[in-house]
Amino acid sequence: MLTIASLKKGQKAIIGEMTSKDIPLKLLEMGCLPGNHVELIQIAPFKDPLYLNINDTFLSIRRETAKLIHIELIPDE
Amino acid sequence: MSKQINVALVGNPNTGKTSVFNNLTGLNQKVGNYPGITVEKKEAVVKLSRNLKAHILDLPGTYSLNATSLDENVVIELLLNKNDKDYPDVVVVVSDIENLKRNLLLFTQIKDLGLPTILAINMADRMDRKGIQLDVGLLEKRLKTKVNLISARKNKGFTELKQSIMDHQKLSVNPCLEVSKIDKQYFESLKKAYPKQDLYKLWLVITQDVNFGKTNRNRMTSQNGFQPKSDSEIKRLQQKETIKRYQFINETLKETLTKDLALAKGLRASIDKLLIHKFWGYVIFLAILFLIFQTIYDWSTYPMDFIDESFLAMSEYVKDVFPLGMLSDLISEGIIPGIGGVVIFVPQIAFLFLFISILEETGYMSRVVFLMDRIMRKFGMSGKSIVPLVSGTACAIPAVMAARNIESWKERLVTILVVPFTTCSARLPVYLIIIGLVIPDERWLGVFNYQGITLMLLYLLGFVTAIGSGWLASKMLKIEFKSYFVVEMPDYKMPIFKNVFYTVIEKTKSFVFGAGKIILAISIVLWVLASYGPTDDFDNAKSIVTASLDVTELSQEEINTEISSYKLKNSYIGYAGRAIEPAVIPLGYDWKIGIAIISSFAAREVFVGTLATIYSVENDDEQTIKSRLAAETNPVLGGPLFTFASGISLLLFYAFAMQCMSTLAIVRKETGTWKWPMIQLFGMSGFAYVVALIAFQILK
Repeated sequence: MLTIASLKKGQKAIIGEMTSKDIPLKLLEMGCLPGNHVELIQIAPFKDPLYLNINDTFLSIRRETAKLIHIELIPDE
Repeated sequence: MSKQINVALVGNPNTGKTSVFNNLTGLNQKVGNYPGITVEKKEAVVKLSRNLKAHILDLPGTYSLNATSLDENVVIELLLNKNDKDYPDVVVVVSDIENLKRNLLLFTQIKDLGLPTILAINMADRMDRKGIQLDVGLLEKRLKTKVNLISARKNKGFTELKQSIMDHQKLSVNPCLEVSKIDKQYFESLKKAYPKQDLYKLWLVITQDVNFGKTNRNRMTSQNGFQPKSDSEIKRLQQKETIKRYQFINETLKETLTKDLALAKGLRASIDKLLIHKFWGYVIFLAILFLIFQTIYDWSTYPMDFIDESFLAMSEYVKDVFPLGMLSDLISEGIIPGIGGVVIFVPQIAFLFLFISILEETGYMSRVVFLMDRIMRKFGMSGKSIVPLVSGTACAIPAVMAARNIESWKERLVTILVVPFTTCSARLPVYLIIIGLVIPDERWLGVFNYQGITLMLLYLLGFVTAIGSGWLASKMLKIEFKSYFVVEMPDYKMPIFKNVFYTVIEKTKSFVFGAGKIILAISIVLWVLASYGPTDDFDNAKSIVTASLDVTELSQEEINTEISSYKLKNSYIGYAGRAIEPAVIPLGYDWKIGIAIISSFAAREVFVGTLATIYSVENDDEQTIKSRLAAETNPVLGGPLFTFASGISLLLFYAFAMQCMSTLAIVRKETGTWKWPMIQLFGMSGFAYVVALIAFQILK
C-alpha cells in the first residue's frame, strides 16, 4: 500500500484510508482527511521530516506519521 | 454610565491575531497570567462609542476546540463557563485569507457554542496579489454571521470590525453543524439523559477534560439509556465530527471563494529553496545566530557603559546631597547599585527579544524547526526544541514555557531539563565582566576580537552542553512515548514593526520587574549583612586597626581602606563567606566571590550586584566594579585574584551551575513535581563545581 511516506518530491496524491489510531487528531484538523489533496513539497535533509501541502495548508510531519496515511496517486498531467 | 461588554479574540496560530489585538487596543493592554497557571493572559479595555466600552481578551492561539495543551485548555474553559467574569458577549474569530479553509474549522466549532461569533478575515490586503476573490455577502449567509475583511498590517477595516462588535446582539446564534448528525443514536440518547443541556457543549465536556458547571466528565455515567463510549470510539467520533465540519466548509468555500492558483505560489517556493536547502539552510541558520550574538555584543556595549556610569554618578550624588547616616548608605550602597545591576542588562534582553520576535514573525522559525528535527531527535528532543533553546539565550523562564508546543512528553521533558544550560542573558553581565578582566582586548589576525570570540565560545559551550545532556537524559529516561509532530509552515511575511516593538517592551518589562524584585531584595539584605557584624570587633574596627598599624607611615586613605576591609571581614557576611572559603579556594576564588556565588543561586545576575554592594561597602570611592575586581589579591597564592585560570574557572562555573530560583519554580510548575528541578539543581551545580575545579587546577 502506498502512503504519504512513499511520495516523491513534487508528487501529488489523494488521501485515502486513515485508520491507525496513532494519527493525531490535530493532523485531521489541519485538513488531512480522506479525499483531500496532498503534495510533497520538500524532504528535509537526512530524509525526515516531510514538508507537505495538504488541502492548501502547508505543514510538516515526521516520516513515521506519514507512513500511517494511505494515498492514491494522481497521475502527472 | 457607560456599559461594558466582554469580547474574546480567538484564532489559529499565524493568523495575525496578536496584531489585530494590538490594533484594537494600542498600548493600554495588560499582560498577566491566568490564575494558577503560567499561560499568558493579555487583555485591554477600549472605548467603542460614547457609552460602550469593550473588555478585549486575547486568547491563546489554537487550531480547534480539541485542546491538547494547557494554552488551548484556557480557550475551551472560558467558552464553556458562563460564570467566568470574562465570559464573552461576543467572540471574534480571527482568520487569514490564505488559510481560510483551515481557519473555518475553529470558527464553526465556536459558532456552534451558541455565542454571537464574528469572523474577521485578516490579511485581506493580500487578496489581489494572491489572486483571491471572496463573495463576502454569500459567506455571511452561509455562516449565518457577520464577516469583516481587515488588514492589521495596513490598519484597515477596524472601524467596521468595531461596529460589528457593537452590533453583536443582532447576530444569529444558530449552529453551522447539527451535532447530532455525527452519530444520531448516540446523541439522541445523550439528549434524553441530559434534556436541559446544550448538546454540543455536552459533547465537548465528554471529549475535553474540562469541568463545566456541575456536569463533569466523570459524573456522566450511564443513565436513562445513555451508554458512555470507550476512548477509541470517542476518538473515532471526533474524527467524524472533523470530517463533517470540513464537508460543510468545503461546500461553503466552493460557492464563495475563488483562487488563481498561478498567482498563489511563487515567493514561498523560491525562499524555501534557499532557507531549507540541505547545505545552505544550515549555513544560513548558523550565520543568522552568529550575526545576532555579534550584534547584541556590539550594540549593547554603549548603552551598558552609559547605564553603569549613570548609576555610579547617582550613588555619588546621593552621598553628597543626603545627610550622612544609615539611610544615605543604604540608598547609595545598597539600593542604587542593586537597581543598576538590573537595568544594566536591559539592552541585551531587548536586543535578543527583538531578534527572536523577528525570526518568529517572518515565518523563518518554522523552517528551522523543519531543518533541525532529525538532528535534534538524535539528542532526545524535537525540532520544536530549537525555539526553547534559542529563547533560552534570552531567559530560561519563557524558554521552559515555550516547550509546551512539543507534543511528546519525553521530548518536552528533555528540552525542559537541558534549557537552563543555554547561555541566558543573566549570565551575560557575569561573563562580560570576567572576560573584560582576564581576556586581552586584542584582535586575532587583526579582525576578530579575543573577547568577542570568548563570548561566542561560551554561547557555543552552553548549546553543546544542552544538546549533549539531552542525549544523556534521553538514554536515561525510561518513558514510553508516541512521537507525533505537526508543524505549520506559515507564509513568509515582513515583520510588523508594531508587533515586534510590543513584544520587546512586554518581555523586557516582565523580566525587569520579575527578576528585578529579587535582585533588589537581595542587594538590600546583603548590604545589611555587610554593614553589621556579630561581635565587638566590627564596631571597634577603627581602634583595632589603628592600634595594629604604624599609623605614621600610612596616608589617611590607606588607613580607611584597612578599616573598611577589617569591618567587612568581621561583618555577618564576612563570617559566612569565610565559612565557605575552603570550598571555593580550590576553584581559585576568595570568600567575596564565594558570597557572590551563593547569592547567585537566587538569580545569576545578582553576582555583579553583590560584588558591587560588597566592594562599595569596602571601598568608598568611585571606581567601577571592574577595576575593583582587578585590584583584588588571591588569599592563598598571592598575586592578583583574577588570573586567566581563576577567570576561566569562574566562567565555567557560571556556564554550568543551576543558579536561578525562578527557573526551578517554573520547571516545578511545568512538570508538576519537585523531582526534575532538584535533579537540575544538584546535577548541574555539582557538574559545574567539578569542571571549575579541574579547569583551575590545570591552568593555574
